[in-house]
Amino acid sequence: MVDETFDDARVITSSDSAQSTQAEINEQMAGITRDYEAAGAEETQPRIDYAPYRSSILRHPTKAPRPVDPESIELWSPAFGQRDVHTLESDLTIQHKGEPLGERIILRGKIVDGDGRPVAGQLLEIWQANSAGRYVHKRDQHPAPLDPNFTGVGRAITGADGSYEFTTIKPGPYPWKNHFNAWRPAHIHFSLFGTQFTQRMITQMYFPGDPLFALDPIYQAIVDPAARQRLVATYDHDITSHEWATGYSFDLVLTGTHRTPFETDTTAGQSPEGAH
Amino acid sequence: MTKLVATPGQTIGPFYGFALPFERGEQLVPVGSPGSVRLHGTVYDGNGDPIPDCLLEIWQAAADGTVPDAHGSLIRDGYTFTGFGRTAVDNVGGFSFTTVEPGPRPDGGARFISVVVFARGLLNKLHTRVYLPEDVADADAVAADALLSSLPENERGTLIATREDDGALRWDLRLQGEGETVFLTYPER
Repeated sequence: MVDETFDDARVITSSDSAQSTQAEINEQMAGITRDYEAAGAEETQPRIDYAPYRSSILRHPTKAPRPVDPESIELWSPAFGQRDVHTLESDLTIQHKGEPLGERIILRGKIVDGDGRPVAGQLLEIWQANSAGRYVHKRDQHPAPLDPNFTGVGRAITGADGSYEFTTIKPGPYPWKNHFNAWRPAHIHFSLFGTQFTQRMITQMYFPGDPLFALDPIYQAIVDPAARQRLVATYDHDITSHEWATGYSFDLVLTGTHRTPFETDTTAGQSPEGAH
Repeated sequence: MTKLVATPGQTIGPFYGFALPFERGEQLVPVGSPGSVRLHGTVYDGNGDPIPDCLLEIWQAAADGTVPDAHGSLIRDGYTFTGFGRTAVDNVGGFSFTTVEPGPRPDGGARFISVVVFARGLLNKLHTRVYLPEDVADADAVAADALLSSLPENERGTLIATREDDGALRWDLRLQGEGETVFLTYPER
């Protein structure tokens, strides 16, 4: 049954066909969930072959990735610093003349590697839709208003303890063309570097309690419920600021490193002298 | 030590274009500067169609083989080699970096440029490598590289750039199907 629906999906040649109904997508997702539960092996990353997300059908490698020990350059990561990113870039609400519309939020968290070591002095980039669910992007045709006071791009360099903080606006959900009446849960895109290039990652942060979670094939491509939950921020009243902004916390864990870390990795990124 | 579970990745989506690309991101060195080389190609899907919404990043050693550690990738000054490049592919899946060839590896292995791939429709990042064709012709350099020496001929070919008449390196990326690029994972021990 699952295989049949999978084969049906392959008939769709364009990701923008919007031929399926939400019910059909739900049924397909439920079948994959049943198979995952029956298999009994934990998965912590998204499936890259996940047919309910139509655009993935022709864009996932069919061969398993080749396991390899990282060599030389892969054991290091590009170095970023205040030369690359101004401290004001972490406030997405001050990039224009006026205040953007929507719910102002403070987003705070910490980035660590698989061994719990803080990822210090590294680049973190975020981008998002505005409060109406519209991106400042020429290909976003959603007829929701652009906000002249909001671009939706932020950058930060993580602190010595791996911490970061952004001030922004809570993004709105928006429609997309995966299937008929498809809507993405509100999310903020996160792009991160670790201390070695193998840790490079891009993900999406979601907001707690979103009613669209169960309907969204991108979120559901992470088939394990506990793994999915790792992308949901937590409302934190200690971050909420009196008469100013609500607060959320969102921590991220990168994969482990393969080399013995230098002291400099946990203080200011890589050594300016080049310890290597 | 107890290992923490890594946060899951997600697709870059379609709307990264106003956020991630930066000025001269594809120019690790200025176009036409001494020692510069063009690394270019096209990204294809499982139908053999070019993918117009893909972001590529490269990371590599400097011309003398050292690991770059200078800041300034995002705000290029035209002189500092940071080893990092980023570019969005164009409307027909094409990309073009200007860089230098990485210098010798400490272990004498074949030289490569590390590549990470993001795309709409691609639910997680992909890692791969581009090797220099001259090094792959050198048996000692291949023997010293654990990946190249372990791959069958046809798969190895997906990781090797072609040297063009003008000196440029041509390398196409196929996410799926015939000639599918070999992608890499780095198991933790």
